[in-house]
Amino acid sequence: MTRAATAAPPAATAPAPAGRSGGTGRPRGGNALLGLLGFAAFLLVLEAVPRLGLVSANYLPPTSEIAVALGELLGEPRFWTAVTDTLRGWFLGLAIAVALGVLVGFALGTVPVLREFTASTVEFLRPIPSVALIPLAVLLFGTDLRSVLLLVVYAAFWQVLVQVLYGVRDVDPVARDTAYTFGLGRWARIRHLLWPTALPYLLTGVRLAAAVALILAITAELIIGAPGLGNEINRAQSGGAVDSMYALIIVTGLLGVAVNVLARQLERAVLSWHPSVRAEGTR
Amino acid sequence: MAKRPSRQRSGVGRRITATLGRALWWTAAVFGLPFGLLALWWVLSADSQTFYLPPLSEILASFDDVWLRSDRLRADVLPSLLRLAAGFLLAVVVGVGLGVLIGSFRRVRAFCEPVLEFLRAVPPPVLVPVLMLFAGFGNTMKVLVVLSGCVWPILLNTVEGVRAVDEVLTETCRCYGIRGPARLWHLVVRSASPQIVTGLRQALSVGIILMVISEMFAANNGLGYTITQFQRTFAVTDMWTGILLLGLLGFLLAMLLRLFERSALRWYFGLRQSQRDDGQR
Amino acid sequence: MNPTDLPQDGTGPLLDVRALRKVYTGRGRSVEAVRDLTFAVGAGELVCVVGPSGAGKTTLLKCIAGLLPPTSGDLVLEGAPVQGPPPGMAVVFQEYGRSLFPWMTVQQNVELPLKQKKSLTRPRRQELVRDALAAVGLGDVPGAYPWQLSGGMQQRVALARAVAYEPHILLMDEPFAAVDAQTRADLEDLVRSLWQRLGVTILFVTHDIDEAVYLGQRVLVLSGSPTVVLDDVAIDLPAERDQLGTRSSARFGELRAQVFGQIQRAKRGWSASAGQQSRAEEDAAGPEPTDSPVGTR
Repeated sequence: MTRAATAAPPAATAPAPAGRSGGTGRPRGGNALLGLLGFAAFLLVLEAVPRLGLVSANYLPPTSEIAVALGELLGEPRFWTAVTDTLRGWFLGLAIAVALGVLVGFALGTVPVLREFTASTVEFLRPIPSVALIPLAVLLFGTDLRSVLLLVVYAAFWQVLVQVLYGVRDVDPVARDTAYTFGLGRWARIRHLLWPTALPYLLTGVRLAAAVALILAITAELIIGAPGLGNEINRAQSGGAVDSMYALIIVTGLLGVAVNVLARQLERAVLSWHPSVRAEGTR
Repeated sequence: MAKRPSRQRSGVGRRITATLGRALWWTAAVFGLPFGLLALWWVLSADSQTFYLPPLSEILASFDDVWLRSDRLRADVLPSLLRLAAGFLLAVVVGVGLGVLIGSFRRVRAFCEPVLEFLRAVPPPVLVPVLMLFAGFGNTMKVLVVLSGCVWPILLNTVEGVRAVDEVLTETCRCYGIRGPARLWHLVVRSASPQIVTGLRQALSVGIILMVISEMFAANNGLGYTITQFQRTFAVTDMWTGILLLGLLGFLLAMLLRLFERSALRWYFGLRQSQRDDGQR
Repeated sequence: MNPTDLPQDGTGPLLDVRALRKVYTGRGRSVEAVRDLTFAVGAGELVCVVGPSGAGKTTLLKCIAGLLPPTSGDLVLEGAPVQGPPPGMAVVFQEYGRSLFPWMTVQQNVELPLKQKKSLTRPRRQELVRDALAAVGLGDVPGAYPWQLSGGMQQRVALARAVAYEPHILLMDEPFAAVDAQTRADLEDLVRSLWQRLGVTILFVTHDIDEAVYLGQRVLVLSGSPTVVLDDVAIDLPAERDQLGTRSSARFGELRAQVFGQIQRAKRGWSASAGQQSRAEEDAAGPEPTDSPVGTR
């Protein structure tokens, strides 16, 4: 059962109605083969559509040409600089957002009064689209890394914060009462009670934030012109290098997949180390 | 939630005081911090000489002129919202439709999954240059941009929801001859609706971002276009009003969706609450 | 078993199960859940099927309901072979919490199957819903949602839905296994009274011997998996039954002992053939809900 679903409106992971499990989990090998077939079909269609003249090759070059362009890109130092720039913005922004989200989340979550008084503000600030800050970022920081960070941190912070708040709220009341009965201090309670309970939520938050951070990093590069893959896409497009543009877009997609996979791996690895969490998670 | 020490007094008076107290507390909790922050901003920025951070009083004063007393609500805000609505609604139709299809058949799902995983991972804003190639700079491009970003969260969440349809309910439908459109609506879509709404919520925030971005790229009207113009002409106060308006719109649209969720998923929250109560018994 | 034991009224059996066999295959191994089942149910009968946990009772019921295709054998309902859920049949599942649509009110839940019957007019439909809800004692909560009701009341809604469907045969798959004892007694009496009033044929599957003897006109005793019919016990208790009197009567005790003995034999026999007692216990938890003790409650 999705852990994030235990608390009210979960941010992203689809809530599976408790106690209603679907009939899933059948042969995996066959599925992988089908998936491979699906991907091959997808590439074939993209190859065939421009070749058959259904769409002009000026708009959508055949897959093979994009692949060639991608190969060329991989040999260019400029491309790798762009990848590094994008990843730097992504990682720094994500790290700051996670640190802030954890600090603020635990501070608000552990003090009921604070939590009550900040709820409406969180609800108000969260849906504000981060792109609203683009003009401000441009004026304040220009095409600097700080522009990227402003957008990334703003967007990713809420994902982490909200999940941490859910997590802290999910603490088992019986366990909490027990902790009070045994006279556990504030730090001991955070360490042994809040942290283990909130950890799965935090990791969900990190996973969501990682995806959002990548989107915003590339968006900032694309719109503001900060160095990175987004900016390269812009250049390729305005330079008429359509096949490189597609190749770069594919790279951003692959980065996205990598980020998702990494975040899931992290989630699995951390949670498997955590016996208390695991026992809870299998409940 | 709000547990406060209530002084010992007697009878009705005490109850009235308690109710009043609770109402006051609630009001303070909800409005205290937002107004506090605004007041802080107001005070701190009052004597601001920084070019980029004008006093809040100025921003609020010009908000009226910039948005309400000009033609911009009709000429810029409305087109933006219409494009967002068109893209979002199309994404709902496509996402739920395809999601039900893909989620209903295990093989179709296995076939599509890797491709979907990849397409979902492509940051939607990078599709703006692509769609500009195909659809030029007009409304079609902007609607397509919104659609292309909104469709994935809806699609993938719908697939998850459809997958998780309860077996007993499926068998119930078979036994009672509930088939075709009735089955699709009463069983599949309704039981996937919590996940679908989760997808809608994610899609909405992506959609607003894309609405703005598509207008920042190439447009001659719209919120994103106007705000960018303000920024380029260094009309900083006007730009701030635009940021405020965008924030306000984001909030209001999220509220709208929340209202829809409250009514459409009333059963779901009730069900969950009853399960929680059972669990605590 | 002998078909002449059936209380025939000249029309032949409503449901005829002949040499039913069901083998589950998958992942390179196959499990024979039902080996060879032959029995018949006459129109208007209330037949209970009882057997140890893991006896393939649910498999049998799903085959009859047309939800599972049998591996071999014949299933004939009202003269027509069963291929897919037959129209004149209603099913009440054990999982009351999951068989009702949580997004529909009680009334909508009962009404939905009727909406698929194009021949029903709207007033007639509403009449059926109203009558069915009244019959199960839920006439006052049509606007409630299932999750607002207790487990017993939810199962009443499922019963009302089945009754409103006007089935010729009603299948019940351990419908009361998950409700508390008091509620269960009430629901058992409700089933008896509905059966007597409506004249519907009922096939009632349970793992509980007392319940089977108390409810049924006949009790079919199944062996452990792979399943065969061990015995077909005619329950010659008076038609008017009540929880206290009937259950404390000497005849009830005798019948109960007879069925219990058969089941014990079935368990022993099967365990011996399977070789390992412990394995048998483990497997018993398979398709059946729990390894609840067969017999007394």
